[in-house]
Amino acid sequence: MSSETWLQDRAIRPAVVGFAQSDCVRRTQGTTNGVEMLVPILAEAFEQTGLSKSDIGFWCSGSSDYLAGRAFSFISAVDAIGAFPPINESHVEMDAAWALYEAWVKIRTGEVDTALVYGFGKSSAGTLRRVLSLQTDPYTVAPLWPDSVSIAALQARFGLESGRWSEKDMAEVAARSLADARANPQAQRSGESSVAELLDAPLTADPLRAHDIAPITDGAAVVILAAEDRASDIAARPAVITGIEHRVDSPVLGARDLTRSPSTESAGAALGVGDVDVAELHAPFTHQELILRHALGLGDDVRISPSGGVLAGNPMFAAGLARIGEAARRVMTGDADRTLAHATSGPALQQNLVTVMEAQS
Amino acid sequence: MTTEAPPLSEPLEIQFDYTRSLGPVLGRFMTGLAERRIEGVVGSDGRVHVPPAEYDPVTAEALREFVEVGQQGTVLTWSWCADPVAGQPIQRPFAWALIRLDGADTAMLHAVDVTTPERMRTGMRVRVRWADDPVGHIRDIAYFLPVDAPDDHPPTSPPPPVAEQDGIMVTPIKLGYQHTVSPEESRYLRALGEGKLIGQRCPRCEKVYLPPRGACPTDGVPTTTEVELPDTGIVTTFCIVNVPFLGQQITPPYVVAYILLDGADIAFLHLVRGCDVDQVRMGMRVRAQWRPREEWVTSMRNIAHFKPTGEPDAPYESYAHHL
Repeated sequence: MSSETWLQDRAIRPAVVGFAQSDCVRRTQGTTNGVEMLVPILAEAFEQTGLSKSDIGFWCSGSSDYLAGRAFSFISAVDAIGAFPPINESHVEMDAAWALYEAWVKIRTGEVDTALVYGFGKSSAGTLRRVLSLQTDPYTVAPLWPDSVSIAALQARFGLESGRWSEKDMAEVAARSLADARANPQAQRSGESSVAELLDAPLTADPLRAHDIAPITDGAAVVILAAEDRASDIAARPAVITGIEHRVDSPVLGARDLTRSPSTESAGAALGVGDVDVAELHAPFTHQELILRHALGLGDDVRISPSGGVLAGNPMFAAGLARIGEAARRVMTGDADRTLAHATSGPALQQNLVTVMEAQS
Repeated sequence: MTTEAPPLSEPLEIQFDYTRSLGPVLGRFMTGLAERRIEGVVGSDGRVHVPPAEYDPVTAEALREFVEVGQQGTVLTWSWCADPVAGQPIQRPFAWALIRLDGADTAMLHAVDVTTPERMRTGMRVRVRWADDPVGHIRDIAYFLPVDAPDDHPPTSPPPPVAEQDGIMVTPIKLGYQHTVSPEESRYLRALGEGKLIGQRCPRCEKVYLPPRGACPTDGVPTTTEVELPDTGIVTTFCIVNVPFLGQQITPPYVVAYILLDGADIAFLHLVRGCDVDQVRMGMRVRAQWRPREEWVTSMRNIAHFKPTGEPDAPYESYAHHL
């Protein structure tokens, strides 16, 4: 047995034991530090798990000061968790799915045995598509202010004109997502529309239609993790994280094959994601779901984003974490045995994180 | 139950000129743009990268071999921007495109000036429209035009600021938000507009916060019980400001102090005036000096400063835990 395998076999496996998210809304009256959205869902996650603040070994959040329009907005958010006496805390300026990765490392290495991860975003405070252009290269791209919708539309046309997907394929993603979202009380958009009806709508960012684009959403999400041996005391059926990987593609949009997601392919290959029951995919544009399904090799037998996905509500910096929470919930409720969650960050699926969760064996 | 006014909300604009050092590769590229020349860099596999890559995307090798490329190119993909946002290269409906310049192997993202999406197609040929005043910045390429477009286009937008040193580019970033304060802060600020000081008590630890925060930072629970506080209190600690700085509104020396209002559990920063600066003491009793009522707004600014009351100082033990 190699030393690496020996370590793998004995390493602590973190599990999701709690998940709560706020309603996805177009505009909250709250502040950009997220306190008003976080306080109720932190309470909900504590109630679910029976844990309290003092039980949490490590706290990690994901948010963005550019979105909030204020410096150190995540410091104000700490008010929502009650950080006195001092807590063991960290933050990433990314979707909180990457904060979950940091928490996963903390548990995996045995430093702590519980962690609480949260993300929040008041996307409505500024002009979202304009703010997101600052995620691009600051020398040759960001000074042009390329908005996030236009960049995604460039990617969509590549696929349409190369025959990788069709407008109908894209509309089918929207129709399924919005129909599924009818069962999600926290969804911002939902409804029943035929593909033909959707395709009758005008182009809003040629070649994209409104249904191809995730809505602008304010929201927040919380996930509680515990080491596997503690997890079974906290949840009846914890969702054990059996693998988590993240990768990044070149930031140079013109040097990438935008119809593929090599970073997602690589993360999926490292995990062996073949036989999952459910996959919650973070695809803010319909064609990006098609790219992700292909990259992860998800067949027709895999239930895709039963929550309605981010086309039904896309709270920036929380939506990726919420995908992990939604996929974990399918395991925790017994609806599925093995689920996958994907999170993305940056323009045109630049960075991707994939995690696989299973019922405890 | 009374209907509460919505939280106070105001537009907020933030602005910063990002100055970035360019290094040898991007520096040469930007210098070339100032001279209306476009240079790419040759990758390890012989591909020509435009804009230039500093390191090879496959081998990570440092790239230094430059080659000039054409000022015409081919559209590989495009999208229509019907509603441009501030700062974009064209301020009327236009197309974004990935454009492969003649002689390059990678594509650059830029804007194409056409009037309708019907005038765009993949594979179309476009040419650079240079800025009227190039300065060594990516914005020296104002936008692209179809190759056969007439030469009668209007002047380009003003150039970005020029850095004082070589090898630096300056990019002004301006962002607009609708800034909203919390419901608790709104009640606090509206009360200040009526000359009242409203704090909130945590239901768990019973501490009184002013300004109210919406959630107790110790317990993480919503703070709901409002408490009206007097405008008297003590100085817990202070400093004497002797240093002038940009935007200073008072001539030094002056005193900035933590003021703990009677009945509050958290101090806030304010000014102490009305005595010589060397008379200010820890534990000193103070009272708010309000501005004339006609100047009141929804702000702590309504209190011009705190001034000594002349009462005996508070004993150190009574406020030591606030330090």
